[in-house]
Order: sequence, then structure tokens, then C-alpha cells
Amino acid sequence: MSAASAAIGFDEVTLGYGRRPAVHHLDGEIPAGSLIAVVGPNGAGKSTLLKGIVGTLKPLEGHIRLKDSSSGIAYLPQAAEIDRSFPLSVYDLVAMGLWSRSGLFGGIARRDRTKIEEALAAVGLTGFERRPISTLSGGQMQRALFARLLLQDAPVILLDEPFTAIDAKTTADLLDLVRRWHTESRTVVAVLHDLDMVRRTFPQTLLIAREPVAWGETPEVLQPENLLKARRMVEAYDPHADVCHRTVA
Amino acid sequence: MLDLIYAPFAEFEFMQRALVGVIAIALGGGPIGVFLMLRRMSLTGDAMAHAILPGAAVGYLLAGLSLPAMTVGGLVAGIVVAVAAGLVSRFTSLKEDASLAAFYLLSLALGVTIVSLRGSNVDLLHVLFGTVLALDDDTLLLLASISTITVLALAVLYRPLVLECVDPVFLRSVSRAGTPTHLIFLGLVVMNLVGGFHALGTLLAVGMMMLPAAASRFWTSDITMMMLVSIAIGIASGVSGLLLSFHAELPAGPAIILSAGAVYVASLVLGREGGLLWLAWPGRHLEA
Repeated sequence: MSAASAAIGFDEVTLGYGRRPAVHHLDGEIPAGSLIAVVGPNGAGKSTLLKGIVGTLKPLEGHIRLKDSSSGIAYLPQAAEIDRSFPLSVYDLVAMGLWSRSGLFGGIARRDRTKIEEALAAVGLTGFERRPISTLSGGQMQRALFARLLLQDAPVILLDEPFTAIDAKTTADLLDLVRRWHTESRTVVAVLHDLDMVRRTFPQTLLIAREPVAWGETPEVLQPENLLKARRMVEAYDPHADVCHRTVA
Repeated sequence: MLDLIYAPFAEFEFMQRALVGVIAIALGGGPIGVFLMLRRMSLTGDAMAHAILPGAAVGYLLAGLSLPAMTVGGLVAGIVVAVAAGLVSRFTSLKEDASLAAFYLLSLALGVTIVSLRGSNVDLLHVLFGTVLALDDDTLLLLASISTITVLALAVLYRPLVLECVDPVFLRSVSRAGTPTHLIFLGLVVMNLVGGFHALGTLLAVGMMMLPAAASRFWTSDITMMMLVSIAIGIASGVSGLLLSFHAELPAGPAIILSAGAVYVASLVLGREGGLLWLAWPGRHLEA
């Protein structure tokens, strides 16, 4: 694959907190239009990787290349980071997806209002417009956040455990949206734990345990020996670790 | 009865000036207080008020009871503490409350040291408790300017301010406005506290921000309404506090804050959004 077709490229990227790596020497490319799952044990650096791509965490070493600027990325972090008690309506929450066009001060035009209504309808939240976000269930909140992603209309979409603690019906509905994004040639990167879902829906998989374990076609990546290797690797923690001197290839 | 309310303001110029002053403070402080509360920074406001005190005291020592010197001193001290605390909490692992506590203690100690070095028995009553019944033209202009700037700035910053409270991660992923917005907001808090201390003193200035805001939370779950209710409560407390002080010969600053406190307690008990009475007797549950 050529560099031009890569939506996201990693050049020997090490991401971490303090000096400790959470993602260690990741090298490779995610081609534009990929539908790729990121899997691995807890603490494997999956969320850290997404933070690195979206730019909220600077790499300790290496470089992350983006085809579009970081404003072309729609990012859904783990839902726990939202203040649900804030006095805000579902409509206003979803409308924030228009930020890249309306910015700090821009108004919301009639055309945008139609888009907001369409997004709410697409996730099955028509009629929820005026409800305060504090009244939403976990699944409804996730639907609202997917509506916001729809409005962001971004070429690259990052999802961090989007279906954790979400019921089957909601998961199925939201997975349909993910598939729709794939047919629209958007690049979708999703951190997931449900390997069956990954096998069914995601053609590509990155298995990571701080270091990349396997990356490629899903059936080959999710082999038992790879999964076992990943589990062993993430359990290795050395409090007296030396400085890493691995040379950049 | 109406005469008791109307006459003091009609007859005495100092009451008219005080009325204009408290309205200006309520207009700026109300919305600022709501955002402080929603951002879980209520105690931040309190800490900043303490941080302003030594700055104003230094201004007083250098230039006497001069409005510009004390205002500049308070602004500088408040902004230095606010910005330093904000930056530390953003870029290190220390949380905002801890870093703020560290900085305001530093500035308070520094201020007290400077005062004691000069060795003069400074009359800081003005700074501590304010002079709402002796507002001159310059002070009124300052209060009006502060509330104008505050309302305009909040209108401009409204979107990132709200978004930063609800979903800071999302804001960071779509815009770089988060950090400047936060710093400007802290600047507005300091400005309003400095304005408030001319009328009510540093120790009470926070009261006109936080009490109306906290009371408004019990009446509505919509942020726009919350700000309007907060402004209304601020103005009402100002008026009733001034009247209380006029008729009962109480000190004006504390009377205003006590009025706001009474509204807060009443809201806490009666408020439709989670007030104690509604919690105790919610009525029968609804069908859906």
C-alpha cells in the first residue's frame, strides 16, 4: 500500500504516560476506507492508541501521520468521560457534532437542523430532542453519541469500546451504522472486546499488547497462539525497566 | 408598605448608587456563578477571593485608598494565581483544587508578609467588607464595565464553555479552544471578584456569585434559565439586602449576602428540581 492511500500511518510510534510506554514501537499503516478492530487484553494500550491518533496524547517517540488533519477525525471515547448531570438537552448534545462547520460562534442553519433530525432518526432517538441528557439510559446515551458522530461527517472515525454495557438491540443498530460508514468508504477504527463481533463484522484487526502482536486479516490475527501471546505480554511489568534502546528500523 | 421599598431609593442618592452597583454585580456574577457551579469550581471562586486580598492590600499600601491601584493589585494577584493553578492542573497530574490551594496559600502568605514588612496598621476594613453604600462614580463605572465585559465574553465563549463541562474530551478532539476558554473564564471570575470586593469586600464577593447560582439549580434543569434565575435572585437579594440594611441599620454587605442566603435556603427546601420538600413528598409516581 502506498503512503498516499493510508488514512493513518505509524512510524515507530511509542505512546505512554511519564516515560513508561503503553504502546511500544508501533509501525504500519491503516489504509483509507478500512474497517479495523483493535483488540487486546486490558491495559494493552488500545485507548492510548486512539488518544495518540486523535492527538490528545503526544507520542513519546515516533510520528503519527494523518491523511486528513486531526479535525477530520471523529472520536468517541469511553462514555464514562461525559458529565451526565449537566443541564443539557439531547438535541444540543447531538448538535455539537456540527462543530467543525459552525465552530465557536457560527449559527445552526435550517439545513443543519434537518441534518440533526436525520441523525436522531438514524439512531432511533426521534422525539428525544428536548429530554435532558441526565434522563437517558446508557444505551440511549450511546445512540445520542453515535448521532453526534454522524453529524461530524468525518472521513476517519475512532470508537473506544462503543458497545460495552450496551444491550443487544442497541449494539445491532449501532453496528449497522458502522457498516454504513464502511460502505461510505470512511476509515473506522474500533476498540472492541467481543471477538465474535470482530470476526463477523471487521475485516481487519490489530491485536495489541503494548507491542503490536499481529496485524492484518481478522481470521489470521485472531489465532489462539496470538491471543495467548498477547495475554502473556501484557502481564509482563518491570518496575525497574531500563531505558529502551531499540533502534528505529 | 410600597413606600418602605420605594422611598429609600427615591430619597437617597447613596441608595440609588448602591442599587446600580448590586444590579451590575448580579448581572455579571450570576452567570459566572452558574458556570463555576456546573464546572464543580464553587470552592475555586472562594479560593480566588482569598488570592485577591493580598493584591488589593499591596495596591492600598502603595497608593492609599485608590480605586485603580487596588483594582490592578487584585486583578494581578487573582489572575496570576488563577492562570498558574489552571496551567499546573492542565499540564501536570495535580488536580485544579490542589494546585489552586497551593497558589492561593502562597499569595495569601506573601500578601500578609508584605503588609507586616511595612509595619503600618493598615485599615483593610474597606477591602474586607466593602463599601456598597459609598460607591463613587469611578467604582460604579468599573462595576458596569466588568458586568458588560462578562456578559459579552460569556456570549462569545458560551459554546466551548458548555462543551468543556459536558464532554471535555470531545472538545479537545474537535478544537483547540479548550485551554484559552478556560483561562479567559478564570480571568472573568477574577474580574468579577475584584468588582465585587469594592462593593461587598473580598470575603463576601463570592457570595453574590455562588448563592444565587446554587439556588437557581433547584428551580430549573436548563442552563439558560439557570443563568437568568441566578441573575434575578442576585438582583432581588441586592435590593432586599439594601432595604434590610437601611431599615434595620445592619451593615449592607452582609445584609445582601444574608438575603441571598435566605433565598438559597428557601430554594433548597421548596425548589421544584430536587428541593427537600419535593424529595420528601414527591407525590405518586407517574404512568410513564
